[in-house]
Amino acid sequence: MSIIHCQLSTINCQLSIINYIKMIVLNNIIKTYDKGETKAVNNVSFEVGKGELFGLIGPDGAGKTTIFRILTTLLLPDSGTAYVNGFDVVKDYRVIRASVGYMPGRFSLYPDLSVEENLRFFATMFNTGIRENYDLIKDIYTQLEPFKERRAGKLSGGMKQKLALCCALIHRPAVLFLDEPTTGVDVVSRKEFWEMLKRLKEQGITILVSTPYMDEAMLCERIVLIQSGKILSVDTPSTIIGQYPERLFAVRSDNMGRLLSDLRNIEIVKSCHAFGGYHHIAFVDRIAFAGQANFADEKENPQNALLHALENENHRNIEIREITPTIEDCFIRLMGNHYQPTANGFT
Amino acid sequence: MRTLRFLLQKEFRQIFRNKSLLPLIFFMPVVQLLVLPLAADYEVKNIHITIVDRDHSTYSQKLVSKIGASGYFRLTDYTMGFDEAFKDMEDDRSDLILEIPPGFERNLVRENQQSLFIAVNAINGVKANLGGAYLNRIIADYNKDICLEWIQTSKFNPSPSIEVTQSNWFNPSMNYRFYMVPGILALLVTMIGAYLCSLNIVREKEVGTIEQINVTPVQKYQFLLGKLIPFWVIGMAIFTIGLFGIAWPVYGIVPAGNLLLLYGYLSVYLVGILGLGLLISTYADTQQQAMSVAFFFMMIFILMSGLFTPIDSMPRWAYIIARSSPVTYFIEVMRMIVLKGNSFEHIWRHFLIMAGFAVCLNGWAIVNYRKTN
Repeated sequence: MSIIHCQLSTINCQLSIINYIKMIVLNNIIKTYDKGETKAVNNVSFEVGKGELFGLIGPDGAGKTTIFRILTTLLLPDSGTAYVNGFDVVKDYRVIRASVGYMPGRFSLYPDLSVEENLRFFATMFNTGIRENYDLIKDIYTQLEPFKERRAGKLSGGMKQKLALCCALIHRPAVLFLDEPTTGVDVVSRKEFWEMLKRLKEQGITILVSTPYMDEAMLCERIVLIQSGKILSVDTPSTIIGQYPERLFAVRSDNMGRLLSDLRNIEIVKSCHAFGGYHHIAFVDRIAFAGQANFADEKENPQNALLHALENENHRNIEIREITPTIEDCFIRLMGNHYQPTANGFT
Repeated sequence: MRTLRFLLQKEFRQIFRNKSLLPLIFFMPVVQLLVLPLAADYEVKNIHITIVDRDHSTYSQKLVSKIGASGYFRLTDYTMGFDEAFKDMEDDRSDLILEIPPGFERNLVRENQQSLFIAVNAINGVKANLGGAYLNRIIADYNKDICLEWIQTSKFNPSPSIEVTQSNWFNPSMNYRFYMVPGILALLVTMIGAYLCSLNIVREKEVGTIEQINVTPVQKYQFLLGKLIPFWVIGMAIFTIGLFGIAWPVYGIVPAGNLLLLYGYLSVYLVGILGLGLLISTYADTQQQAMSVAFFFMMIFILMSGLFTPIDSMPRWAYIIARSSPVTYFIEVMRMIVLKGNSFEHIWRHFLIMAGFAVCLNGWAIVNYRKTN
């Protein structure tokens, strides 16, 4: 289960084997709440290399925040070991605290202090000043500059996130932990935020970011898909998509609600999930690959078979087209069989 | 040092920006010091009395006017029958009934003795007790007057009597305010200190800022000192305002003892009581919890502090509880220094005990405050 092997197998890999330094390592981390009744993190292991933009992707309650809190030394794991920048999160917590930046999911700066005061306060807490590391936050801080006298509590959501990012960066951390930084932020600010992360990555800062939004997964270099405290897959987003074993089709018609139940009743349809404007379906293996082999044969084409079946059900304006799977498709498929410990994450 | 300075700067900024907290900190003690000592009065005045006079003689008139002139009693009713008087008491209009029997004057003159009947409404214990005692005293006094009038002072047979005169030390005019105001001032400092301090850290927990602080390399003691010092300063300020702004000009209370000693004790005491606040805040997760727990301790501390009732007269178990509350010692020291003018040699034991409280409570708070769960 070696990471290096995995890197070699992917085309998108930007890291060379020589430069690969492990910045974050988790070995079989387990954390339970309520005296062992709730398993928040169940036997999680993964590694993040230096300068990587690594995504922790999973729905609410998957255990993302717990992992963050363990790595930032705020929470002790029940068992397992974890290292940040080569230091043990339990034993060397002091060293880690001085060298990581953490931005919790909830806005947690002082609402009654101004933008500038917050920044200076956190700079001082890390025994540094704003000027020393100004170059690192310059891009972000210039956007905040017009509001520097304003109380942090009075900022807009996007501005709050930028300030929080500045405060987490002010001591030039080696590793940056961002817990759902884009939750509750508008689309434009989200895009800007990811641009900022890319620039920070270029400065050599390792970034671990979590998000419940699957579309943001594509912006990370490598991701771990996590569900109910268990890892479903660790790889680059394109590899995970490339490993999707089925051909996927998007289907729509005038009556989407009825279409979903009808699709699930048609025997050649293996799986069907609602995705915004379309339903994503996969055909049962026999039909799907038969169609691929004899594409010329109209009768055997699964799309046509489906079209006929749907027309018989009185659906109008039917549209069926083959699509490339998204991370969300992969996630849903993996969720379905996550009891298999090493899903398909490693080649 | 630089970290601590910034923590303090931040803390003071937040306190001075809090528009509702700041007036509360300084306005509340002033108002309470002006109102509470006037209300928490040990002297019972305005005792309502109903007099049933069945005699209507000169002597009975004399007694009634003597009672009226004492200043403690207010005549609710002056009736002929006991039933009417009793109705007054039932309706809660009267606290005492004094019945003067028919033939009071005649029998007193002829037989040299007569009895009176006093009925006391015991629902309000303090009023009943004191009212009854006052009335007895007035009647005894009245009795003496009559004796002087009637019995010719015989040269051969002087009635032996012990006359008691008393003088009140440390508070010559027995002004209860001298006794109450220092105590109330001590309580105010205690309440402000313990409440504000415990609520402050818990607020950081609620807002989530503590999460951000916990990942910084700030040491536990630095963080807690950053919380303790601002409220220590505020406690000192409130005490000074209370003592020199209210107690001195309004009540004329000038500390008889050394001011430096008083402030010295206050500074140790504040560390102790703020330590309690810190301790509560390390256990509580929400401001509501912190408030309830702080309230619980304050209730016990205040009611058992010896401010209202002397702790020496409490049952053994209550005495032990009272003796294990820092407030008790502070009120004692306040009275010792302000009224009695005691010097260090008299209160060094109190100093030691308070230092013990300060070390234990703060030590416990530091141990219990965890940056990691």
